[in-house]
Amino acid sequence: MLALYDTELRSRLLLGTSRYPSPAVLTEAVKSSRAEIVTVSLRRESSGERAGQAFWSIIRALDVRVLPNTAGCHSVKEAVTTAHMAREVFGTPWIKLEVIGEDDTLQPDVFALLEAARMLVSEGFEVFPYTTEDLVVADRLLAAGCKVLMPWGAPIGSGRGLNNRFGLKALRAHFPTVPLIIDAGLGVPSHAAEAMELGFDAVLINTAVAEAADPPRMAAAFAQAVEAGHAARLAGPMEPRDMAAPSTPVIGKAFLG
Amino acid sequence: MRILVNGAWRETAAADLESALREMGWSESPVATALNGEFVAVAARRGAPLADGDRLEVLAPMQGG
Repeated sequence: MLALYDTELRSRLLLGTSRYPSPAVLTEAVKSSRAEIVTVSLRRESSGERAGQAFWSIIRALDVRVLPNTAGCHSVKEAVTTAHMAREVFGTPWIKLEVIGEDDTLQPDVFALLEAARMLVSEGFEVFPYTTEDLVVADRLLAAGCKVLMPWGAPIGSGRGLNNRFGLKALRAHFPTVPLIIDAGLGVPSHAAEAMELGFDAVLINTAVAEAADPPRMAAAFAQAVEAGHAARLAGPMEPRDMAAPSTPVIGKAFLG
Repeated sequence: MRILVNGAWRETAAADLESALREMGWSESPVATALNGEFVAVAARRGAPLADGDRLEVLAPMQGG
């Protein structure tokens, strides 16, 4: 079982709710993914439009936990205020804390992230910081009271997979007991399987499912990949070699030359 | 007075934030509010004064990644 802030979960796949072609497809994709956590956001709404209320009704009907984000925030103040607003609307102390520092890569501003995390933890939030694979930043976030880290695989929406495999392996090795969720940049189920084989505890997928030709089918494919990768990690993958090693025994081979 | 609501100027005669939200059709909606960049909780909306030129953000649940 995966434990995030004392909440036990069977699924190791978290699903984003953005960019789906329709609410019906979103609903089917969430069901196919078997995800128990979906990410949500807060945005401006014109009065009388009721889009937010309609969306919230769809999510509540799915009977999943929500992880609100602070997507699009570029400062500590913006992120902290958004977190307060999200806690009130969604009724959860969970917050996926994003503070963007660079617009081309949507790379987190880890300095602002740390400052915001400290403030929110002190106010009782359970913070899921969207961070890089930087070990020192990770250490500081944990010292600030974060009990889960969400390192990026690659820039948000890029679908590139694990951009810095070495750095992510080092992060896993340094913090063997901290729940680590790969957030952002995964494009296909094999990327998710790779992350799980490296020992990450879960992955968060959005664009790769939402923008697939058949999102519910892709959601199911990611679910299978996450399960396979996690099972492989538990089974202990072999180490790669530089040279061939025959798998069929050589002893007892007939001499037929 | 005129206040800036989600980036658009609106005329309102509401004395406080709770009245303004009711006037604009948000009283029954699951929305969170910030006045001039500061979060205002539901319980604090009544009696939260509005002044000409105030910036009000009204945010609702939306899709997110």
